[in-house]
Amino acid sequence: MLPLMSDQQTQQGTTEIKFGFAEMFKGGVIMDVVTPDQARVAEAAGATAVMALERVPADIRRDGGVARMSDPSMIKEIIAAVSIPVMAKVRIGHFVEAQILQALGVDFIDESEVLTPADESFHIDKLKFKVPFVNGAKNLGEALRRVAEGASMIRTKGEAGTGDVVEAVRHARAILGEIRAIRVRPFEELMSVARDLGTPYHLVQYVHAHGKLPVVNFAAGGIATPADAALMMQLGLDGVFVGSGIFKSGGGDLQKIEQRARAIVRATTHFDNPDILAEVSENLGLPMTGINIDSLIPEERLASRGW
Amino acid sequence: MSTSQSLRIGVLALQGAFREHKRLLESLGAWVTEVRLPQQLEGLSGLILPGGESTTIGNLMVEYHLDTAIQDFHAAGGAIFGTCAGAILLARTIHGTPPQFGVQPSLNLMDITVQRNAFGRQLDSFRTLLDVSGFGAPFPAVFIRAPVFKAVGEGVQVLAEHAGQIVLARCGRLLAGSFHPELTGDARIHELFLSMSREAQAAAAV
Repeated sequence: MLPLMSDQQTQQGTTEIKFGFAEMFKGGVIMDVVTPDQARVAEAAGATAVMALERVPADIRRDGGVARMSDPSMIKEIIAAVSIPVMAKVRIGHFVEAQILQALGVDFIDESEVLTPADESFHIDKLKFKVPFVNGAKNLGEALRRVAEGASMIRTKGEAGTGDVVEAVRHARAILGEIRAIRVRPFEELMSVARDLGTPYHLVQYVHAHGKLPVVNFAAGGIATPADAALMMQLGLDGVFVGSGIFKSGGGDLQKIEQRARAIVRATTHFDNPDILAEVSENLGLPMTGINIDSLIPEERLASRGW
Repeated sequence: MSTSQSLRIGVLALQGAFREHKRLLESLGAWVTEVRLPQQLEGLSGLILPGGESTTIGNLMVEYHLDTAIQDFHAAGGAIFGTCAGAILLARTIHGTPPQFGVQPSLNLMDITVQRNAFGRQLDSFRTLLDVSGFGAPFPAVFIRAPVFKAVGEGVQVLAEHAGQIVLARCGRLLAGSFHPELTGDARIHELFLSMSREAQAAAAV
């Protein structure tokens, strides 16, 4: 479990190796899949990784009840089906689910508000793990607290399973705007900034010096179209998670689903090229139906989970 | 103006760790541009294919005919350095792609046989010190779900091995490494690539 040093020359599970791995996902699309077949479709479409889970967020919303870590057997089947990295979700604070996923050999763990939280006060101590973690955030304080706990990647929370990009935009603008504000603060003000954000001083210093988070910063929660993906990239994020937006689209027509998956991959790469965005947005069939965020009562909002 | 300042290097920016390469090359005085479409290769002496997912980058390369454009770039005298996924894309033979994926897109430029994910999954990723041929001191190398070169053809020079596996090799204007020199801040391999690009530029100017 602890970062392992097998000899003086060789190190594993270090922050450098976890952060470095997260850098490799940049400019890419990570797709939610619920079966090995979907994982193969995602890989063929150009996904940089798949997120293995039993139900996509749209179905978790529909079904209600407690959403937990997926069955290890389905995660193993997905690991066996593709050559790209496989991620999987654990409940916030559920460090035993994380131990299980690490034992299964998943490449990245998402400590996710999409599942029902297991702890209402504390997140997982992620520094204890060899496997890297991604966490959601709505603002800079939350993002830096997760990094301090050991997250190697941050994503916007957005509002998963809605197909409505507005919350992802809100969270991206909040995080990036707060970074820009810190960038221009005089150094002597940074301690008070750290106090106000509720986040470690050294990470505020990092943001001040570099104008970015110490880890990669992805978009997630409500991305449903190539234009949504390109919007998040143009706002300044490093890559995109697409949950329900792919396999809940096209009215179930597999060809349209594949086409949309490919289109979102292309749009994430060529995010600043409107000609290509226009071309890939054609004839994708129906996007996921979606839920307007304003129609969700506060208790139905997943983004408010996490502390 | 020093020679390195006049060197124009591209970094393939379809997906992956292209910014780190750009930053490191710029710190060495090169002029660097991101390449996403064929016309962006014009006027370059060298091109870096970064790490990322080789299946993703390969697909995106084929879609806008960047694969043939890069082959033409090499034929016209350009130097190319592939790291990790980038090395996979250079290879003539690729092992470890799932059968349903079919033939993984490759540039088919370098006579090496590459084994994907040769050390295992992310949990098996590691950092070590490598002895690189021609370098006075060991090179800190980070291997992330890294490939190795199972075999190399005639004329391919092996520059470094780890645990008996080839991890850095050169053939003419082509350089392939299975690790990530852009992540550890040691610029020696990038310097080597800039000197290869400079030679390529000089040869093309004759």
